[in-house]
Amino acid sequence: MSHAAHEFLRSAAEKSADLTHRQIIRRGIDSYNAANERGRSRFLDWEAARLRCQEIKWEAVNNLDRYLLEFEQRVKDRGGHVFWAENSEDARKYIANLATARGVRKIVKSKSMVSEEIHLGPALEKLGIKVVETDLGEYIVQLRNETPYHIVTPAMHLNRTQIAALFKEKLGDVDTDDPQRLVAAARRALRRDFFSAEMGISGANFLVADAGMIALTTNEGNGRLCTSVPRIHVVLSGIEKVIPHLKDLATLWPVLATAGTGQPITCYSTLVGGPRQSNEMDGPEEFHVVLVDNGRSELLASVEEREVLQCIRCGACINACPVFRTVGGHSYGTTYMGPIGSVLTPRLRGLNEFQHLSYASSLCGACTDVCPVKINLHHHLLHNRRDAVNASDRPWSERIGFKLWRWVMQDARRFKIAGWMARLGIRIIHRLRLEGTLLDPARPWNTNHAAVPAPAKPFRALWGKHNANN
Amino acid sequence: MAKVALFIPCFVDQLTPAVGLDMVRVLRRLGFEMEFPSEQTCCGQPAFNTGYWNDARPVAERFLKIFRNAELVVCPSGSCTTMVRNFYPELLAGTPWYEEALKVGQRIFEFSEFLVKVAQVTDVGASFPHRVAVHDSCHALRELHLKQESRQLLRNVRGLELVEMPYCEDCCGFGGTFATKFGAISAAMGDAKVGYAESSGAEYVTATDPSCLLHIDGILRQRKSHVRTIYLAAILAQTASAAERRVRPAATESPR
Repeated sequence: MSHAAHEFLRSAAEKSADLTHRQIIRRGIDSYNAANERGRSRFLDWEAARLRCQEIKWEAVNNLDRYLLEFEQRVKDRGGHVFWAENSEDARKYIANLATARGVRKIVKSKSMVSEEIHLGPALEKLGIKVVETDLGEYIVQLRNETPYHIVTPAMHLNRTQIAALFKEKLGDVDTDDPQRLVAAARRALRRDFFSAEMGISGANFLVADAGMIALTTNEGNGRLCTSVPRIHVVLSGIEKVIPHLKDLATLWPVLATAGTGQPITCYSTLVGGPRQSNEMDGPEEFHVVLVDNGRSELLASVEEREVLQCIRCGACINACPVFRTVGGHSYGTTYMGPIGSVLTPRLRGLNEFQHLSYASSLCGACTDVCPVKINLHHHLLHNRRDAVNASDRPWSERIGFKLWRWVMQDARRFKIAGWMARLGIRIIHRLRLEGTLLDPARPWNTNHAAVPAPAKPFRALWGKHNANN
Repeated sequence: MAKVALFIPCFVDQLTPAVGLDMVRVLRRLGFEMEFPSEQTCCGQPAFNTGYWNDARPVAERFLKIFRNAELVVCPSGSCTTMVRNFYPELLAGTPWYEEALKVGQRIFEFSEFLVKVAQVTDVGASFPHRVAVHDSCHALRELHLKQESRQLLRNVRGLELVEMPYCEDCCGFGGTFATKFGAISAAMGDAKVGYAESSGAEYVTATDPSCLLHIDGILRQRKSHVRTIYLAAILAQTASAAERRVRPAATESPR
């Protein structure tokens, strides 16, 4: 078992038993569900909107090279720079070098999961550069030295009291648990950072090819400040974020907002087209876009897995996932959590080390049901499992077990004998009261359940009798 | 009327045969002639779900050989029906069995689906004077799109009070080998489900999948809860005239 798998099991077991955690998340998801339902009802036809988004992203993903080059050209035409980063290290280096060369001492960041993916923050801090997260949720988890709990709502696991205590400790000048006053305290602190930072880093919800612009959605206006106040603006984005046309946003933006938070549209929808032009009053002097591959091209190369790149990072699958709600976002130990994380991470970071995530699902399919771009998420989990088996990454006991299973299931007599032995075994274990002990082969089940029934006769035996009687 | 072939999933055959017998009682009462192809074993889902597609394939092909000539197949499990109808085409893509998989997939039905959509019966003349909540089993709900079928059938049962439990569409946490590989997570999901069942005021939780019920029941009994599980067919098999026949919950018998 890999270290990551071991850690996942440990943390998942701990969180599963944490009833306070269960309650906080249930409440958070309940309010999301209510908002999301209202949001969907505003659409004339939500299913048609989903289908349209799927079409747009499928078109983009299947012509990724063309649209990315078009985007690059238009950004360059307006004086922006585009850097193609093959992996995390390339991306980190580019941004670190840029910051060092320009004498940057403070960076304000709006939300970017790619920055978490490439571990940008710690790399910049090492150079003595202060990095300030400006999304409120991100700000809170940064103050706690944590990673985001959820890709859309990073501080979902915290309640008001915990945040109040955190602010009192870290910000000093606030002693209240009134949400408005807590927000005001964060805003006061962040304003100072916005106006003293030399560089702003943002993610991108979409890279619009025909406009050469990035589309950014935030609810706090922090994205707009990060991209317009500092001298330098760096955009960090995965290559899969490109979309063909500006007009596609007419569908994508509201669908993203509704799937993400239930809003009709997020409070701030911003299009950024590059550095300040000669006829413009404000905006950054320099504009850099860092396009991160980091394993995405390999997904693109597989016709079967390609659609995973359609993901718009709305978090709907995470909210719908009963496993996520049980184990929490931090147990995964990955940048992307929940169903999309369990599909993506083994592909981006190694099928062997992260295969446990593909197995940590009951395959209930709730994720696939809600995905606004209709990614068949639970089928991709099945593909990951199949590929792990084919790569011989599974334990020998399981491999032999299924060889034996196959041999048994190909003959009704063998099946009958195996069934008889299993029922006899259940009865013996029950008689000797061995359930849940180390001598119990069904220990994992019997630890959490009362014993399974072991009827004297199987259906096939009773069927004959039953038929004769009727 | 067409003869109906019974597909009794491996775990039902061995661990909860009453589920199969109750289904047979209901179908017989409706006048269906039935056969049980005794060569059947398993549909292959455990291996398929764990990633062992090469081991699942011969078992799936064997299943198709056994059921290829059946006009109608009925199965007391939404999950095993899903395996045949929805997953066989993916498992057998590019093999000579692909076409056969599609054909059998069109003729196989989950029990409640069969009653409502094929037999077009929603009142089977049953009587069960108890408060019952439905847990929506994932595969029946999301793969076969069955939700109202079981409720329609239950509404027509004499004396039965149908109650809705909160989060009835949330997975119970069974998930086959998931329940043993990730026991803590599975049990916590089951624990939440059982809490919702208890809060609904129901005496019984029923479902279209006896596997969910096996899991829920194991947790209910471990908690010594007053709520019990009962498979859909066990309710529908109860008639007023046979009221003396004792209630047969799906999986509440301890090993003897």
